[in-house]
Amino acid sequence: MTIAWDILLYLLCAVGFIVGIKGLTHPRSAVRGNLSSASAMLLAIVVTLFVIRGGHNWFVIVPGILIGGAAGAVMATRVQMTAMPQMVAAFNGFGGVASVFVAGAAVIGLDAVYSGAAEAAADFGVEFDPALPWIQGIAIALTGLIGGVTFSGSGIAYGKLDEWKIFWKDTSLPANQLINAGLLVAALVVGSLVTLVPSLAVVWYALLVVIALALGLTLVLPIGGADMPVVIALLNSYSGLAAAKSGFVIGNTVLIVSGSLVGASGLILTAIMCRAMNRSLTNVLFGKIDASGAKADADEVYGGRVKSTSAEEVAMLLDDADRVVIVPGYGMAVSQAQHAVRDLYKELSDRGKTVEFAVHPVAGRMPGHMNVLLAEVDIPYDRLLDDTQTNSTIETADVAIVLGANDVVNPDARENPQSPIAGMPIIDVDKARTVIVIKRSLSPGFAGIPNPLFAADNTLMFFGDGKKAVVDMVAEVKDL
Amino acid sequence: MFVLAQVAMTGPTFALLLTIFVLSIYLGVEIITKVPPTLHTPLMSGSNAISGITIVGALVLAQPGAGFWPNALAFLAIVFATANVVGGYAVTHRMLKMFKKKG
Repeated sequence: MTIAWDILLYLLCAVGFIVGIKGLTHPRSAVRGNLSSASAMLLAIVVTLFVIRGGHNWFVIVPGILIGGAAGAVMATRVQMTAMPQMVAAFNGFGGVASVFVAGAAVIGLDAVYSGAAEAAADFGVEFDPALPWIQGIAIALTGLIGGVTFSGSGIAYGKLDEWKIFWKDTSLPANQLINAGLLVAALVVGSLVTLVPSLAVVWYALLVVIALALGLTLVLPIGGADMPVVIALLNSYSGLAAAKSGFVIGNTVLIVSGSLVGASGLILTAIMCRAMNRSLTNVLFGKIDASGAKADADEVYGGRVKSTSAEEVAMLLDDADRVVIVPGYGMAVSQAQHAVRDLYKELSDRGKTVEFAVHPVAGRMPGHMNVLLAEVDIPYDRLLDDTQTNSTIETADVAIVLGANDVVNPDARENPQSPIAGMPIIDVDKARTVIVIKRSLSPGFAGIPNPLFAADNTLMFFGDGKKAVVDMVAEVKDL
Repeated sequence: MFVLAQVAMTGPTFALLLTIFVLSIYLGVEIITKVPPTLHTPLMSGSNAISGITIVGALVLAQPGAGFWPNALAFLAIVFATANVVGGYAVTHRMLKMFKKKG
């Protein structure tokens, strides 16, 4: 028996990835975890290049690694923290399309699958059963399908997150779900042909990738910005699954282990995001929030009861307050107000006030979006609370400042069973003594429904740009 | 000679690979459930970097004996996967350093 050093070393890589993800369960161990994971990746690459038998085309490998590495490094060091959702979407797409190419290269060498399998079988001293490469056929088809969907879906997500003009209007297609279903069926049919008619495998595979790319477009086009956290998490999961499937194509254990870890991680995040919106995954992907009649309602809800305020008045309220809760949302990211928020936090803390941040799981455009922006400006980790933690003490808060969040603080979710967002877990800011809402106008949030909070007796609206409003507040607080 | 399969895809081998796949999914679920919301973004970009593992597949397929097209596709795969890996780890590291400053 020969000892399969490559597979044993891959086991070490798998352990490194597991330790890495485990490290991410706490901020203190997270940096180490990421380094462990990166080392495992490096080891996997070294093992692949120097331990596995078979020739290596260095003329392809070396320039490929240099070009890709340089591109990745430049993108990663240049990106602004506010543009992080787009960056994750882009890297996701890269992983997906790389898997598509890997399976493509395998398809072209499909005959070699047989000879390779025979070679390997001889090595292991087992009988080679030529009927088995259908497993590889299925794996190839699944890699092409998942990878293709991941690539084009991530591309659309990138455009939407980067606020491209083209995506400002409703981009859903007529009979969108019918198109999705049709494309999926077509993909499955063409995918099975890869195995059934292997003589034309290359043609089927190319066709399958085209269908998968189209499916990625039609799946993500109708989904709006606020549902992006779910989409990004799901695409993340897909890119892992694509990698895992390509492991079945070439019989490689490290691809299978790490790909499935990523697949699982993405699925969990997807589930967490859906739960935070009280919606099913199907509803996010295929449903539309019904906002009919919202316009008429708006007058009814707000009708002359909205009170606006100024930086000066807010500063006086803050001066009297002992506990302040700040609720950041997508508006904070858009207006890049996080630095001003830090100044406000410091100013209030220095005056002996307790300041906490209430972060809703789906605030922003990706899971954990607000936490990243607040961490960027050095808000201590223990000042960030989730919705449940906040709600348990919100009644003792003197002032709640809502900065660019809307649907996640809409009391209708709690009180109005007819509301489209009924049952969604929200942050109960309306229970604080005074609520300050910083917003450009009374325009509805993503759900397209009016928010009774804006007209509540204890609410004051501070109309204006998020960043400017907070900067003015800080100036007024300093002048007290 | 173009070697595609690293493991002989016999019935028992496939069953073992499938076992690894299913157990890894469960393992992933177990570990990840414990990640706090604050670290959701780094978890996402960190696991995203791991999905660049597909680079291994690309490196296996870039063989002199494989002919032009497999090598051309392997080249593209290596470029994208390396960008995914390097970029993913670098961005995650940047974010985690911010969290650590006050951990």
